Amino acid sequence: MNTSQTPVAGASGSRAGMKKELPEHFRSYKHVWVFIEFELGRIHPVSLELLGEGRKLADQLGVELAGVLLGSGEHGLNDATGSCFAYGADLVYLVDHPVLAQYRNQPYTKVMTELVLKYQPEIMLLGATVLGRDLAGSVATTLKTGLTADCTELAIDDERSLAATRPTFGGSLLCTIHTLNYRPQMATIRPRVMAMPKPVEGREGRVVPYTPDLQEDSIVTKVLSFLPDDASEASGLAFADIVVAGGMGLRSEENIQLVRKLAAVLGGDWGGSRPLVQKGWIGADRQIGQTGKTIRPKLYIAAGISGAIQHRVGVEGADMIVAINTDPNAPIFDFAHLGVVADAVTLLPLLTEAFRQRLLVNRLAG
Amino acid sequence: MRIFVCIKQVPDSAQIRVHPVTNTIMRQGVPTIINPYDLFGLEEALRLRDRFGGTVTVLTMGPPMASESLRKALGYGADRGLLLTDRFFAGSDTLATSYALARLIEKAAEEEGMPQIVFCGKQTIDGDTAQVGPGIAQRLGLSQLTYVSAIDEIDPEKGSITVRRRADHGVQVLTSRLPAMITMLEGSNHIRRGTQSDVLRAAQAKITQWNAAAVGITDLSLCGLRGSPTVVKRVFAPAARSEKADMIPATGGGSATAAALIDAIFARQPALEEDLISAAGGY
Repeated sequence: MNTSQTPVAGASGSRAGMKKELPEHFRSYKHVWVFIEFELGRIHPVSLELLGEGRKLADQLGVELAGVLLGSGEHGLNDATGSCFAYGADLVYLVDHPVLAQYRNQPYTKVMTELVLKYQPEIMLLGATVLGRDLAGSVATTLKTGLTADCTELAIDDERSLAATRPTFGGSLLCTIHTLNYRPQMATIRPRVMAMPKPVEGREGRVVPYTPDLQEDSIVTKVLSFLPDDASEASGLAFADIVVAGGMGLRSEENIQLVRKLAAVLGGDWGGSRPLVQKGWIGADRQIGQTGKTIRPKLYIAAGISGAIQHRVGVEGADMIVAINTDPNAPIFDFAHLGVVADAVTLLPLLTEAFRQRLLVNRLAG
Repeated sequence: MRIFVCIKQVPDSAQIRVHPVTNTIMRQGVPTIINPYDLFGLEEALRLRDRFGGTVTVLTMGPPMASESLRKALGYGADRGLLLTDRFFAGSDTLATSYALARLIEKAAEEEGMPQIVFCGKQTIDGDTAQVGPGIAQRLGLSQLTYVSAIDEIDPEKGSITVRRRADHGVQVLTSRLPAMITMLEGSNHIRRGTQSDVLRAAQAKITQWNAAAVGITDLSLCGLRGSPTVVKRVFAPAARSEKADMIPATGGGSATAAALIDAIFARQPALEEDLISAAGGY
C-alpha cells in the first residue's frame, strides 16, 4: 500500500502519464494562502518564511498572496496583520473571536474550512509545526483534498499545478507530489526549510475580516493550563551559528560527549541523527534532519553521519558543512564542503583540542 | 473500556537500500516491523485496560502479510486483531487511508460497540506525514488529541479525559470528551513484554480479515489510487552537489589531520575564525 505518501516503487512512471483534468467547480479557486500561526501574542517564524515562499508562487501564478490569521483581539492580533504585509502578503483574512484565543483543533478546523469554501484559494501552505500538523490533516479531510507533508521544495509546473517535493521512504529518496484535480493544493513545510524573507517596512495590504459562528459551549476541548518550556534547553539548536552533530559512527552512547565537548569549545550547539534518537541515546529535541530540526548554521560538523536524505534536507542550509566518516562512499561527502575519511571517535577529541589551542593562542595574541 | 489501536506494518527504514543503478527501492529482504510510534499507543491502551478492564482491539489496513504485525500486537497483550485488506486499497494516500480505516473502525464498532478511545501513531517512520490520525478523528467526529505525553485523568463513565499535550512552546493541559482519537508522544511509555500466555495465544489466534465489501464500502472511487487526491509524479535520488567535498587527507596522524581540517575551514571562511575568537571566551 502507498499509505502516507510512500510511493510504490516502479509505479510512479505509469502514474506520471495519468492526465487529470481539473473539475469545473474548482476552476474559480485562485490565489495562494499561508496559514499564519499566531500564539502567545506572536507570529511563528515559519509563517513568515512561508509568506516569502508563497510570494514567489503567487508571482509566478500571477495571483495574490493572502495570510490567514486566526486569534483573539486582546492578544495583539491586529498588529500581526502589519507583519504579514511586511513579509509579502497582499491581504490578510482576519478572524478575531474569543473562542480562537488559544489553538484548538475543532474551532480552527471549522473556521479554516469555511474560509476555503468561501474565498477559494488554489494553494494553502502551513508550517509543519505541532499546531500546523494537527490542523492541516483535519482541514484536508473536511475539504477532501490533497495534503503533502514536510515539503522541502515547492514549484509551479507548466500546467499551473503545485509540484511539492518531499523526502520519502524514511528519507532515502525524494518524491514530487501533485494534487491534480482537487483544490486547494495543501502542503506543510518545516521551520527553517525556507529562507526568511527581508521584511519591507511600511508595505501595505487589505484586511478582510471574517466573523465565524462559534460558541464556546459547543467546543468539547478546553485548555486548562499551559506550562511554557524552559527556554534554555534545545530550543536554540535551530538558530545556532555553529552546530556539531553525531551519528551511528559514534558507536556508543558515551561518545555523545565527544560531540558536546567540541560544540562547547566552539560556543555552538549539538545534536544527532535520527538513529541516535531511535536508540534512545539523545532526546528527540536534539534530532537534526527532516523529522527533527532544520538548521542553518555558519558551520556544521557532522561526525559519523552517513548523510541520508532525511538528514541532508535538515542541514543543507548551512554555510559550510564538514563531514567526518570512515566510509569514503558515504552520501554525506556528496553535499559536504569539506570531508575527512576518518573515525569520528578518534578524530573528534583531537579536533576539539586543536580548536581549543588555536582559539586560545589567537585570543592571547589579540 | 473499549479501546481500538490503529497500527501500520512498515519496512524497517534503517535497512532500506536504493539500487545504485536503477535508483529504485530494494524492498526484497527488508524486514517489516510495527511502526514504532504505534507502540506507544498500544502500551497506553494496555495500561488503561489494566486499570479499567475491557478490551484492546488492534486494526490495520495492508496486504495480507500485515496480519503478522497484528499477531505481534496480540503477543504484547491485545485481545483481537482486525485486518482490512483488498487490492482496491493499493496506492492509497493519507485521505484514502483514513477513509478506509474509518470504515473499518465503524464495522468493528458494530460488532464490539463504539470504542471510547482510538489510538493512532503520531506518524509513521516510512511516510512521516502524521495525517492519518487526524483524518480518522475528523471522519468519525472524535475529539482530536495529538502529541499526548500523559493521560492525567480519565473517567470512562462520565466520558471525560484530561491529558498533557506537547505544544510548540510548552505543554498544554487539555480536558476533553470521549470518544477521542489520541496519538501518544514517543517516550511517553515503553511497550511491555507480553506474558507467555499472550505469546502462545497470539501464535494461534485467528486474525479477522475483511475486504472492502465486508466493511460496507460500496463506492470504490473513494479507495486506493482512485480515492487519493495526491499523485506521485516522480521519485528520484537527489543530485549530488556539482562539486564533491574537498577531501582533507587523513595522513600523518590524527593531530595533523585535525590541524589541516581547521586550516581548511578557516581558509574558506576567515570571518568564522574572528567570530569564534571573540565569541567563545572563557576557556
